[in-house]
Amino acid sequence: MTEAVPLLDVADLTVEFTTRRGIVRAVEHVDVRIAKGETVGIVGESGSGKSVTSYAVMRILDRAGRIAAGAVHFTGLDVRAASEDQMRNLRGREMSMIFQNPRAALNPIRKVGRQIEDVLEQHSQVDSSALTDKAIEILDQVRIARPRERYHAYPFELSGGMCQRVVIALALACRPQLLIADEPTTGLDVTTQKTVMDLIVELTKQRGMSTILITHDLGLAATYCDRVVVMEKGRVVETALSREIFTAPSHPYTRKLMRATPRPGTSLRDLLPEDESLYEARPPTATPTLQGGGKPTESAARSNGKSGAPLLVVEKLVKEYPRKGLGGFAKIFQRQPAPEPETFRAVDGISFTINRGESVGLVGESGCGKSTTSTMVMRLIDKSDGVIMFDGEDIGAIAAKAFAKLPLRKRIQMVFQDPTDSLNPRFTAARAIADPILRLANLKGRESVRARCEALARQVGLPVELLDRFPHQLSGGQKARVGIARAIALNPELVILDEPTAALDVSVQAVVLNLLQELKDTLGMSYLFVSHDLNVVRLLCDRVIVMRAGRIVEQGPTEEILVSPQAQYTRDLLAAIPHPMFA
Amino acid sequence: MGPRLHGDDYMVGANAAMLMMVVKRMLIAVPSLIGVVIVTFLLTRALPGDPAAYFAGPAATKEAIEQIRVTLGLDRPLYVQFIRYVGDLARGDLGNSLTTGQPVGYEIKTRLPASAELTLLGLMVSMAIAVPLGILAATRPNSIIDHVCRVVSTAGVSLPVFFTGLILIYVFYYLLGWAPAPLGRLDVFFSPPPHVTGFYLVDSLIAGGGEVFFASLKQLVLPALTLGIFSLAPIARMTRASMLAVLASDFVRTARASGLTPFTVIVTYAFRNAMLPVITTLGMVFSFLLGANVLVEKVFAWPGIGSFAVEALIASDFAPLQGFVLTMAVMYVVLNLLIDVLYGLIDPRVRIEA
Repeated sequence: MTEAVPLLDVADLTVEFTTRRGIVRAVEHVDVRIAKGETVGIVGESGSGKSVTSYAVMRILDRAGRIAAGAVHFTGLDVRAASEDQMRNLRGREMSMIFQNPRAALNPIRKVGRQIEDVLEQHSQVDSSALTDKAIEILDQVRIARPRERYHAYPFELSGGMCQRVVIALALACRPQLLIADEPTTGLDVTTQKTVMDLIVELTKQRGMSTILITHDLGLAATYCDRVVVMEKGRVVETALSREIFTAPSHPYTRKLMRATPRPGTSLRDLLPEDESLYEARPPTATPTLQGGGKPTESAARSNGKSGAPLLVVEKLVKEYPRKGLGGFAKIFQRQPAPEPETFRAVDGISFTINRGESVGLVGESGCGKSTTSTMVMRLIDKSDGVIMFDGEDIGAIAAKAFAKLPLRKRIQMVFQDPTDSLNPRFTAARAIADPILRLANLKGRESVRARCEALARQVGLPVELLDRFPHQLSGGQKARVGIARAIALNPELVILDEPTAALDVSVQAVVLNLLQELKDTLGMSYLFVSHDLNVVRLLCDRVIVMRAGRIVEQGPTEEILVSPQAQYTRDLLAAIPHPMFA
Repeated sequence: MGPRLHGDDYMVGANAAMLMMVVKRMLIAVPSLIGVVIVTFLLTRALPGDPAAYFAGPAATKEAIEQIRVTLGLDRPLYVQFIRYVGDLARGDLGNSLTTGQPVGYEIKTRLPASAELTLLGLMVSMAIAVPLGILAATRPNSIIDHVCRVVSTAGVSLPVFFTGLILIYVFYYLLGWAPAPLGRLDVFFSPPPHVTGFYLVDSLIAGGGEVFFASLKQLVLPALTLGIFSLAPIARMTRASMLAVLASDFVRTARASGLTPFTVIVTYAFRNAMLPVITTLGMVFSFLLGANVLVEKVFAWPGIGSFAVEALIASDFAPLQGFVLTMAVMYVVLNLLIDVLYGLIDPRVRIEA
């Protein structure tokens, strides 16, 4: 890095937010310098202030936030002192931004082409007569196939990856010097993540642009950035070249983050910091030592009972949905039979088994049918065809509505993806955990229900004094624990985990994954672990099923699949995971 | 579906989908209208009071009342009366009003436009004030303008319409003399324009009579203002809430980060999205006002449909009541359809789902 005048110079930046509880400092004394053509990653967990820093650079902080101290210079211009007009000319033209959740980042009721034109027009990049052609050209540059047609598309008609390309097109339309990408690939599939990141890197390199990549994913930052800035609680804790930071991290927080990032060759226990214990409140009984890879200890309570027969057998399972489009009256008016079949198979004849005490990973990209499969096994929706046998009973034949009231319901439970959305905001943690107990267990009396809740809370490492709090008063990790306690409240035999850690920070994810492993070992449950993250599946699962377009591509023991995958699709999935070079 | 089609094909597809939705909605409305016909028929029969006695007058003998009952067909069993009513309805005959002696169809034809014109204008006044106020309040939360918005809309909805109406008449007619006498749709010195739409403003323009236009506009101003003030609150509050939600959304942040002007951000990006719930509110307010502005019609001697219906109700006059309820039901169906079509025009997502 030469010591020329940096493109962006953030010095001693402090940002404050006025909240009901007084003034909160989201960012404190942050220094970041970005040279021309450089790609810098800002890495941190939620609440680290990484996004706020970038909003301050563009001066798009919301009303409650303000730059309290420090200076931001962009190509020599003092951003703090600049007028709103000056800033508006900079935004979109000199510095622009790509956001998380691309579909929400686009105006839902305006054609994507028009949205690009709005930006071009604002910065008077082209004559109004050439606007449309220019917009189409830009769509083409971000590799959108058939850009002339896609110009007329609305965001809801495009896939997530495609929407992100449009957002990139918006950001790069006026050829800015600085691109700020705020979690640009969070929520996208690994393969889409790879194509989107490759596209960003290619376009920015081509144009000699500087990039700030804001991410929680160390692997992503290490793969794509020249330099990395690690932030924690509003402060920069470490800045270094990405080669150096990952081989020799100097700050303990960086080390903790690195440890918590799942990657090949590590075990569950490795994710946790060396010096911290797994639980704040560990139950005095039943704590089998977590050995090595966290493989299931066969001493589990129930698993030895009927070890021969598999717990769950799924055979030729099918779920069909009517194809969207002209229905009802259209059929009457249409003389000719439709060329396409009228149903769409979300799940297309899949078969697998889960043994007692086993955890099976169900992996695939969004839309592959993995969630539909798990919801059918959970008996929340009805199958179209096929068999679901649970412990010798044909539960697939029972209607989903009827299933909710059967004693069988107790034996299959679920942990949902979003720990916040899956909790009733008006229920306390205790009430949420007690919910299945009140509905399905024969537990009478307030005291005994409360006692059971407290026992469960201790089991999942949730401090008992938090039981009377509401979801918004709990942290993400604590909410995840509540969700898990609720799922295991009735001692289920099969627990379906639907991306239980997708919404959590890596360090919290590490703890939750370890908790899940330990619970499985003590309680002898089986897991069906639905995920798109192969690195996480690797840690927790004995066997893996890879799904694509409603079918099973490949299934087998985890190590076998991940080390020597047979199907090309599995190889593509594995290759798309960022491969940072850190120890 | 969408993405695979060419732009022009896409529009054709969207229009076809829209047409399909309109037809579908029309058909869905048929059973509810049949229900309305049956329920209003039964309800009017269940009302206390005897139309024959009312019609015959206080001095009539028992025989005379009985005579009238027979001529009106009220002595027949209920189902016979119903079949006759439905038969008449099928021919477009809504019966005669006993109080005015006019056919109900004619009464509705003249009075509905009077009410609709007043209500529409009232809504326009209301929107012209409430929507900008709501937007301003949303873009500057907790500012003076936000508080003004809150106070104005609360005051508007808490003051009863007859009170606002009387105050307006007192100030603008009695004290200042700016407004004409609150005596109906047109000053006595003018004759109504030839009937085309029934809206005097429109008809007078069609007839080319500028004077009549201004005369009827003068008559409309105060009652429309009264209605407008009353309906400010729901529109302003909904605009504000909806704008606040949209302004906090991701795509508005994108628009800001792209350097678009505040005007483009607020109008093209935020407001068009925020309009959707506002339109729904508008539809509700309109259908509510249309039937419920009896008090305004009374205060301004407006020959509207609301006062007509209330008079018919007091007289147990079946035919106008049934006609009124049926008209309102049809209006409601049409209005909701219009709103859905409007919704579809603004929001492409609705078109596809329909």
